[in-house]
Amino acid sequence: MLKINNLHVQLEEEEKQILKGVNLEVEPGKVHAIMGPNGSGKSTLSYVLAGRPGYQVTEGTAHLGDVDLLNIEPEERAAAGLFLAFQYPVEIPGVGNMTFLRTAVNAQRKARGEEEMSAAEFLKVIRAKAKTLKIDADMLKRPVNVGFSGGEKKRNEILQMAMLEPKMCILDETDSGLDVDAMKLVSEGVNALRDQGRGFLVITHYQRLLDHIKPDVVHIMSDGRIIKTGGPELALEVEHNGYADILSEVA
Amino acid sequence: MAAPKQINTTETEARIDTLTLPQDGWSAGSRADALARLRAMGLPGRRDEYWKFTRPDALVQADVPATEVFANDEAPLMDGQPCLRVVFVDGVFDADASDDLALEGIEISRLADTSADIHWAQSLHGTLETAGQTPVARPLAALTTAFATDGLLIRVTGQPDKPVNVIYNRSSDSADAMLHHVIKLEQGTKLTLLESGPAAARLNTVMEVDVADTAAFHHVRTQGRDHQRLAATHVFARLGEESIFKSFTMTANGKMTRNECVLDLKGDDAVAHVAGACVGDGDFHHDDTVFVTHDAVNCESRQVFKKVLRNGATGVFQGKILVKAGAQKTDGYQISQSLLLDGDSQFLAKPELEIYADDVACSHGSTSGAIDDEALFYLRSRGVPVELATNLLTLAFLAEAVQEIEDEDLRADIETRMSGWLERHRT
Repeated sequence: MLKINNLHVQLEEEEKQILKGVNLEVEPGKVHAIMGPNGSGKSTLSYVLAGRPGYQVTEGTAHLGDVDLLNIEPEERAAAGLFLAFQYPVEIPGVGNMTFLRTAVNAQRKARGEEEMSAAEFLKVIRAKAKTLKIDADMLKRPVNVGFSGGEKKRNEILQMAMLEPKMCILDETDSGLDVDAMKLVSEGVNALRDQGRGFLVITHYQRLLDHIKPDVVHIMSDGRIIKTGGPELALEVEHNGYADILSEVA
Repeated sequence: MAAPKQINTTETEARIDTLTLPQDGWSAGSRADALARLRAMGLPGRRDEYWKFTRPDALVQADVPATEVFANDEAPLMDGQPCLRVVFVDGVFDADASDDLALEGIEISRLADTSADIHWAQSLHGTLETAGQTPVARPLAALTTAFATDGLLIRVTGQPDKPVNVIYNRSSDSADAMLHHVIKLEQGTKLTLLESGPAAARLNTVMEVDVADTAAFHHVRTQGRDHQRLAATHVFARLGEESIFKSFTMTANGKMTRNECVLDLKGDDAVAHVAGACVGDGDFHHDDTVFVTHDAVNCESRQVFKKVLRNGATGVFQGKILVKAGAQKTDGYQISQSLLLDGDSQFLAKPELEIYADDVACSHGSTSGAIDDEALFYLRSRGVPVELATNLLTLAFLAEAVQEIEDEDLRADIETRMSGWLERHRT
């Protein structure tokens, strides 16, 4: 599904190396978690995969299936099936949430040569999906993320994911800013999408999200590299002992 | 203090020489007065403070250079819906294309019809324009009051069930049109006035609107998409107690547009909103000059102007809120913003507040910016192609101004025009 090979990335504006050779493969239907201390490059990895400007890939590759992600535009990556749930979802005044989502769904369908969704069909689908995420009609009508609470923004990300039905989902600290109930709601939304061979890459600081979204594989990232890979028990080890043990172990 | 203004006599007289002052009918006296006003101030020159950002030459010069007439494939506002259609072509009334000038709730006639004895119009014609000459001179308005060849005289006595829809078509390559509309809303009445179309190679208009107590005037206009047209428009309004005045203008293209709006809030609790959204690409100069005077208690005024500029287009905003002594509880708001889609375009803004009352809330702001990179990436990351994402964000930028239109159908009509323009003007 997602295959990252020896990925080296630096900031475009300064010659600061952030990723120093990341290797990672997420198989269809699997959930991989990436944990690691602040500044280890976790968010950079998610942005580079999604195509955010400001980063320069100096070495390595990233493929989604057969698609070479790093040489195409962000919208093409999305149409190929990549989805990034943002750590800080962007507020867009003046663009209605519903308009935004319908534009996105149909733009992706068009790019893939599929038929566009009619207004009526779209409305039916989004209402059902919004309901399970406890997103009310008012939130759908309001401008994208404007005036949304932290929890509402994250639920809105999951709604977008549910509507766009990507192959590969990257969740960048989706748990940050969520209370226990909201975390449960978001996790249920993610778990509902865990079928049909979707791959997940869940970036988090904390084990608690992984209580709700059970990972198959856990990676520890530090200083731009994945330094340790293991099963779910690795996350529990971090929870109990922090990163220090693991960092000294590999050092 | 500024040095005494040097009057631009040569150019003023050269322009006057090309025009004929109508001598007959009830307006002869106020036209002669307007001509005297014009001569006393002279046509605008580049040194005039209110013409610093906009070169007046094209609007002042006696001749109108012949320019190509843009294929007019643009439907008027509320096309096909119930309204009283009044059509002018190059500023000349087109009786065949117009409806009969009759509508329940209004008295309507034409300025060119000198046979009528229209007392209400006679006592209003030129008076709001005259009042609006202080403290800032507006010579092109005086010129239009003196020489306008036609226009509508509308006295609103009720609440007509449909709008008056003025359609300005253009067919000549060099017509110089001058129109003067005089509108009087009696107490408790309502009128919606629509204007659309390129009008003429060069258009000068004055619209005087007297809104009596508790009356409501809604005005929506689209200035035609003709690339080469020149226009200097003026709206002068006086607002009575608890009256409402709302005006929105959309401008797409046009080589030179100067829209002046002078509002005088004379009665307590009056509300005045004036808004504009313009989109310009290349050889485009658009100037909104607004002057709002608060002269009564507890009035509200809003100025919302948004400009999207690219390929060397220029936008100008000069907006003033004057709160007179005693105009307590004034709520004045003014925002002017430009979205510069490239580095070649420019936006020049002069927001002004002058306040002589101590219990008022006035705010003003002016910004220039580019498309928000974060928002653009967010949209693209969801699969929205970059051009479409840019258009969505551009429309979102314009939304605050377009939202000022109260009528939902008209708002949707304007939004469709805006997005159509953006579709056609992709880089």
